[in-house]
Amino acid sequence: MSATLRSFDVTVIREDFPILKQQVHGKPLVFLDSAASAQKPRAVIDAMRHVMEAQYANVHRGLHYMSEKTSDAFEAVRDKVAAFINAASRDEIVFTRNATESINLVAYTWGRTALRPGDAVAVSEMEHHANLVPWQMLRDAHGTDLRIIKITDAGEIDFDSLEQVFADGKVKLLAVTQMSNVLGSYTPVERLAKFAHERGAKILVDGCQAIVHRHVDVQAIGADFYAFSGHKLYGPTGIGVLYGKRELLEAMPPFMGGGEMIGHVTYEKSTWAKPPFRFEAGTPAIIETIGLGAAIDYVRGIGFEAIAAHEHELTEHALATLGNIEGVNIIGHAQDRGGVISFTMRHAHPHDIATLLDRQGIAVRAGHHCAEPLMGRMGVTGTARASFGMYTTPEEIDALAKGLLRIKQVFA
Amino acid sequence: MTDYFQPEDDTPQAAIAAIGEDLALFDDWMDRYEFIIELGRKLPPYPAAWQDEAHRVQGCQSQVWLAAQEADGKLYFTGASDAAIVSGLVALVLRVYSGRTRAEILATSAQFLRDLGLIGALSTNRGNGVAAMVERIQEMARAA
Repeated sequence: MSATLRSFDVTVIREDFPILKQQVHGKPLVFLDSAASAQKPRAVIDAMRHVMEAQYANVHRGLHYMSEKTSDAFEAVRDKVAAFINAASRDEIVFTRNATESINLVAYTWGRTALRPGDAVAVSEMEHHANLVPWQMLRDAHGTDLRIIKITDAGEIDFDSLEQVFADGKVKLLAVTQMSNVLGSYTPVERLAKFAHERGAKILVDGCQAIVHRHVDVQAIGADFYAFSGHKLYGPTGIGVLYGKRELLEAMPPFMGGGEMIGHVTYEKSTWAKPPFRFEAGTPAIIETIGLGAAIDYVRGIGFEAIAAHEHELTEHALATLGNIEGVNIIGHAQDRGGVISFTMRHAHPHDIATLLDRQGIAVRAGHHCAEPLMGRMGVTGTARASFGMYTTPEEIDALAKGLLRIKQVFA
Repeated sequence: MTDYFQPEDDTPQAAIAAIGEDLALFDDWMDRYEFIIELGRKLPPYPAAWQDEAHRVQGCQSQVWLAAQEADGKLYFTGASDAAIVSGLVALVLRVYSGRTRAEILATSAQFLRDLGLIGALSTNRGNGVAAMVERIQEMARAA
């Protein structure tokens, strides 16, 4: 570990997140909904405010001081992202609004040119709607097939099913999550990438959840595409990333037309800029991008080794504590899992659980978590979900357990 | 013959005032919700055949079904939910809106739900869905 890393102390970390001092319904806020969106450290808030107060103008356009300064700060984030995920080149980093847009971009551009009608896209049973619906839309518009890879009851990729789905050689893209937003399972993305490549297919990894909790190296994974959003990574909303291998991006047509993405424009026709600018039509989310840069600096300053160790402890503690409450059923128990825990409770609907916890100051999510088909697969109509960030404490998990015991009384 | 919710109070305003008084008896929200859950359990039985798409209220995270019948110039409602607290909120909403004239229904805003702290914001359809329930009731009242 580098000497510049801070030693990990969760009480010190919490000082960096102003919102965590709030009270909710007269109780200290216990925020267990970080998988939906994480809270923001002061460094991100300050960076965004600084852009607006001290160095703001549109990027890539002006020949004046402010525009140049802002362009430099903006483009520096592309370098930060490239280094953060170990991309081979900064040109492989496309800024989008969020991971959903990143995946849609691939479906609309690569999907409609590299895939032919009859080719297939394969996704797992535990994808977020963002990595399912774009492929359904591609299927309906372009005549590709969409295949579903089964998961085991534990919530892991079923490799027998994977073999079957690929057996006829028609699958040209494996689009898979690196970490389920419902079950907390990590998928073996390196192994999946190797599997896809050996069969002539590409792999797109939805890294939204995973990138918050462990170090991601897109080259080590062998990812052809990797999508994530800023707001789960302690950064702002409105900024997402699509990583794509250079040769893939270079062959892809634009997603949207407008400023920034062109080479030359006449009234008759236009030529396209090189990637990544070809995919960044219009004024980008300048302030948010700079906020994402600050978030990456913040996370790297703490280090994934420390974050992962802390979150591993939290997850073990939560599984043991919640698992001990009679009537609470944890959904999914993958070997390799992180701090996203879905559960149901006898008598109490997930909606009831979330409402009653809220009154105790505890924020969890309830519902299908944008993974409606997975609910059916796991035999539930919805779950309550507690999810952790680097600022979560064991005491907060104890508060959740206490809250659930109180709910049991209500339904007794 | 299906049971519809019979009004206990003379007007929607009287119902809202009575609900406010009931809820004020508790100083803790957990106890208040226990009371609300109990109200849900006392709802008239809702026919299983009407737990279908046609009766489902859109915009609720949990399932909510609602059915209406007109008699003597008034609309009577019955409803149900698969979540306990939402069932209780259905009971509160029906106490205000069931057995009223169309004019009374349309003149009674859902604002009372917010004033009583039962919902955070009227616009959050993806919240507990109770605002969507009132919208549906008012749509039915507007329909010829």
